[in-house]
Amino acid sequence: MNDTGLGFSGVLIAVLGGAVRVGTPFLFVSLGECLTEKSGRINLGLEGNLIMGAMSGYAVAYLSGSPWLGVLVAGTSGMLLGFLHALLCQQQRVNDIAVGIAMMMFGTGLAFYLGKSFIQPVAPRLPAIALGGWSDSAVVRAALDINVLFIIGTLLAVAMAWFFRHAKWGLLLRTVGESRNAALAMGINVHRVRLYATMAGGFLAGVGGSFLSLYYPGSWNEGLSSGQGLMAVALVIFARWNPLYCLYTSLLFGGAAALGPALQSVGVSGGYYLFNAAPYILTLGIMMMTASSQQRCAGMPGELSNV
Amino acid sequence: MNTVSPYVLEAINISKRFGELIALDNVTLKLRAASVHALLGENGAGKSTLVKCIMGYYQPDVGEVLFGDRQQAITQPHDALLLGIGMVYQHFTLIPNMSVAENIILSRPRLPLIIHWRKEMAELKRRMQGMPFQIPLDAPITSLSAGEKQKVEIIKQLLLNTKVLILDEPTSVLTPTEADEVLGKIQTMSREQHLSVLIITHKFREVMNFADEVTVLRKGRYVGSARVDQVSPPILAAMMVGHEIINTPLQRIPTTNPRPLLKIADLKVTDDAGVTALTGLSLSVNSGEIVGIAGVSGNGQRELMQVMAGQRAAHSGSITVNAEAYTASRAQMRRHKFHCLPEEPLRNACVASMSVADNLAFRRFDRPPFAVHNGLLNRKAITQRAKELIHRFAIKTPGPSTPVGNLSGGNVQRTVLARELADEVDVLLVANPCFGLDFGAVADIHQQIMAARNRGTAVLLISEDLDEILELSDRLLVISNGKLVHETTPEHAELTTIGKFMAGH
Ligand SMILES: Nc1ncnc2c1ncn2[C@@H]1O[C@H](COP(=O)(O)OP(=O)(O)OP(=O)(O)O)[C@@H](O)[C@H]1O
Ligand SMILES: [Mg+2]
Repeated sequence: MNDTGLGFSGVLIAVLGGAVRVGTPFLFVSLGECLTEKSGRINLGLEGNLIMGAMSGYAVAYLSGSPWLGVLVAGTSGMLLGFLHALLCQQQRVNDIAVGIAMMMFGTGLAFYLGKSFIQPVAPRLPAIALGGWSDSAVVRAALDINVLFIIGTLLAVAMAWFFRHAKWGLLLRTVGESRNAALAMGINVHRVRLYATMAGGFLAGVGGSFLSLYYPGSWNEGLSSGQGLMAVALVIFARWNPLYCLYTSLLFGGAAALGPALQSVGVSGGYYLFNAAPYILTLGIMMMTASSQQRCAGMPGELSNV
Repeated sequence: MNTVSPYVLEAINISKRFGELIALDNVTLKLRAASVHALLGENGAGKSTLVKCIMGYYQPDVGEVLFGDRQQAITQPHDALLLGIGMVYQHFTLIPNMSVAENIILSRPRLPLIIHWRKEMAELKRRMQGMPFQIPLDAPITSLSAGEKQKVEIIKQLLLNTKVLILDEPTSVLTPTEADEVLGKIQTMSREQHLSVLIITHKFREVMNFADEVTVLRKGRYVGSARVDQVSPPILAAMMVGHEIINTPLQRIPTTNPRPLLKIADLKVTDDAGVTALTGLSLSVNSGEIVGIAGVSGNGQRELMQVMAGQRAAHSGSITVNAEAYTASRAQMRRHKFHCLPEEPLRNACVASMSVADNLAFRRFDRPPFAVHNGLLNRKAITQRAKELIHRFAIKTPGPSTPVGNLSGGNVQRTVLARELADEVDVLLVANPCFGLDFGAVADIHQQIMAARNRGTAVLLISEDLDEILELSDRLLVISNGKLVHETTPEHAELTTIGKFMAGH
């Protein structure tokens, strides 16, 4: 053992802690995207929701003194963006992808514009549950501070998996996503289902954004997001549109992203940038390994191929 | 007080147009309670449109629908479901990525907020036992063949306790035995459980055996209704087309010096789930010969077709056409004049949202005269050719620019047929070519296939309709569990033996 940390077990714990910390925004955005895509619509604009959520959550937490109110407002702002996205997509001859990209620019731009005055002040942070109290190592304790949003996100992933299979509205949502014609034949209002799904998905992405500004890294600035909102889209494909897999892959991505800093903390600094690219390399690698030329993407909602 | 009407459902003076095309012109249909009513008409006569108006899937331009004495505003299919009217659509409405059980549960007009799967599965299993056929409840729909899907569609409705059941060509993909089983069951249900059934079909045999009354449409107009015991197939046929029918029997010209054109050797293929679908299949087809493959759906026919059409890679084995290895590339298909008529043409051989003209041009759009050498398309030539084919193959469509998905089921089939048979063909692969066609079109297509054979084409015909195979084939093979288990000729065929091999004994 040396005094920089705990050696390899230290790296492991740091990676685990990092997986949770870095993975949480991925988790929320990917769950949001998963919900939206299950209804047969792609929302590429969630990056905008994320940043808007980060800004509005931070601002409200700072002004009101309550981080939870911040989270709620962040979600609501995301929901409003989702509403706008859904409304635009419902028009004739409008393409989901194009609207998504426009909405991403819009959300980001709006957040930067409105958030100028909140870059300096310090807002209260979201609480965490300290699971590392037993250890006297600071590294372990820091790594095992589990943030409450992650716990909520985990429960949400389980709840969503259950919802898709066991709840009436879950089944109807999937029907709309699988086959618009079948849904119409059943008398389901396709537009409305997609509207709600897009709004709920937008809400989750907004909450994911508030995590960035209110917990980790825990401040508001314009370089806050490094494309988590976009990565989440890939993550959902990789998770085969299964909320539980969204949870695992978010952790995997988070862990991969935490690898570089963790290694650096024990003194391995060679290849720092290479390790920082780990999540991206991981994505590509796993995509290639799991891809199959024999059958089309298993689990993909049928309507997505028409977008 | 007013007397009780004997009818449970009346569609009165219904008219419906799609743009220029008048699909229904003042049509009336009355469905007597607890009876089976057949709706007949040529492809494109407006049968599907009429029942879709009843279901609230389309809004009629003029006319009204009465349900049990009262005028009911059925503005969407959900209203019809709540009234107890259920329908099996002509094109499958099952959701491919969901399981059979999920699809069945979904069709209920009122779903419980939370679905207790264990309880529901137990209940479904119990009720499945009373059904005319069995389908594994947790199989995903994607893994089912066309015939199996149709069975699920019907079971789905039977399980719903509907009062009025509308079936749009429910037996097109069933074998005659299966069809008898289903319709027999439905007939019994109508008698014993007061079910009223409206059934669209092209098969006179089914009308005569299972229906009580019949209504005939022709070109969107009402021709007449009658009790089935007062009509005969020739009368019905004449009502459908408006004149007497003269049947020309198929001419089979003896083939001179046949040479093997298509050879399949030891073909092994796995299906989507990774299960072996074909276990070393070998066959050969000579020029001027029709080889028929009979079998119950789901025994590897679909995978065989997909491999030949280039939709699926074979695991091992070889295919040779004209003594050259064949891998289903576009160039090879063109060189060997290899053409295909797959089942479910709207899915397997068309792009539904593209126009009839474009769909007709798929084989040759990139060659002169349809493409100029700089790679640009010659729209005029494409449209011109489409017009020609529409005329030659009597495709009923508002025009060459209509999306092929808007055509009636039979006309989609004709479109593909026109594309595949218009030019010279050396090897022709056909799967269930008459699924959903009216008797005139069936006779027509059989003539075309026979004519191709007589010109020297090697034809491989995969069909679940044994009569069709017996009528067309020179040689007959039976497929079961991914293997060819029996070979005979129509002259020497014994139905019981074939039946046994088909059933896998
Ligand atoms: N949505 C639509 N848009 C345009 N034309 C349509 C549409 N639906 C049907 N048609 C046309 O209306 C006519 C009647 O079609 P319909 O599907 O009712 O025929 P059908 O009697 O059911 O024939 P089939 O036996 O081939 O199924 C056809 O000419 C068809 O091309
Ligand atoms: Mg029809």
